[in-house]
Amino acid sequence: MKKWWWKILCIVLLVYTLIAGLLWNNVPRLPQLNETIRNLYFHVCMWFAMMILFIISAVQAVKYLRTNDLHHDTRSREYATIGIIFGILGYATGAIWMSYTWVDPNRPAYESFSQIAKEPKLIGAAIALLIYFAYLVLRDSISDIDKRARIGAVYNIFAFAFLFPAIWIIPRLLPSLHPGGEGPGGVRTDNPALDFKALAPQMRLVFYPAIIGWTLLGVWITTLKIRLKALKEKTYLQ
Amino acid sequence: MAIENPGTSTWNGLFWIIQLFISINAVAKSFLQENRSRMLYYHTIASPQNFVLAKLLFNSLLMLAMSALSMFLFSLFMDYPVKRTWPFIGITFLGSWSLSLVFTFLAAIAAKAQQNAAIMAILGFPIIVPQLLVLMKVSNAVFVTNIPVPAANILLLFGSDILVILLAIILFPFLWKD
Repeated sequence: MKKWWWKILCIVLLVYTLIAGLLWNNVPRLPQLNETIRNLYFHVCMWFAMMILFIISAVQAVKYLRTNDLHHDTRSREYATIGIIFGILGYATGAIWMSYTWVDPNRPAYESFSQIAKEPKLIGAAIALLIYFAYLVLRDSISDIDKRARIGAVYNIFAFAFLFPAIWIIPRLLPSLHPGGEGPGGVRTDNPALDFKALAPQMRLVFYPAIIGWTLLGVWITTLKIRLKALKEKTYLQ
Repeated sequence: MAIENPGTSTWNGLFWIIQLFISINAVAKSFLQENRSRMLYYHTIASPQNFVLAKLLFNSLLMLAMSALSMFLFSLFMDYPVKRTWPFIGITFLGSWSLSLVFTFLAAIAAKAQQNAAIMAILGFPIIVPQLLVLMKVSNAVFVTNIPVPAANILLLFGSDILVILLAIILFPFLWKD
């Protein structure tokens, strides 16, 4: 890699996110949320990073179909894989947040779970991840290299088009506890992470660097995986 | 019959799940049954855009006939909870059109990957679930007389259908290159 400054930027931003995000005494203490609002710097950023990695994956698929260069196909696959991992991390951080805000402490955990598992946002994100799992299954089931790349790229673009209804449109049409959509009592709220006015100004100082930092980390991991794959292919050829 | 008198939501869910499986089985045949020499023959007489449009049109008509048949059989064998028949027919035709378009394109992918119909289910289910959710939500309105059919959701379905047709026209030539 010729350019390395962004890796340093990534480390600096993530260290800043961890220290300022967890320690800086600047978050508003809203009822029910309290200090858990700090999870915004982790949970929301995971989904941002996932979305950006999936976009890069689709762009690489388009590039492959235009140029027939197999490097683009490898990149497309690896970006999709790391996107899935960030999606799973988004679930994990969301589960931590949920256990402090949504779970009813007066009831057994499994009763709350059946309520929470019906959340449209959770279902939508699960569909998005399943679409990309299907992409991996399809692409890796074909043995011919060129055919695999071409069919994989076609499905990747098709799947990307259906990602938008799954995670952006459908969950907004259904009532939900999650911010962004129709809340309890039929009050429409926009997602505070996307609505720039809704977030407290002092929190934006950590939130935007955190998005950039986590996304750069995802890209960094992916470039490492791509280089590893290129090395493996080289050893097969020898 | 296992379910004598299902409630409206069960009836609705059952109806759309059966539509889904009808469309997987009916539409998958269209690509998976073509043998290689016939595909080569098609290749010599038609452009890939015309070919995929013809397939989409044929499967849409096939699926419309199938959904009309299944509506008739549903009303024959079970009780008929639909209060407003014409909107229901419209929604069913729109829904089965969406199902046939998506599964036609996925069948093209599955046929090129030389896989059986199982891969089509793996590819298709996550993609079709959002549309099925919207369809069930929309068709809930036909079981009562006082709620208007949500127009925004109908437009969303139309939009996704147009999107599938456009993507099929753009992407199918790449699948056909062999």
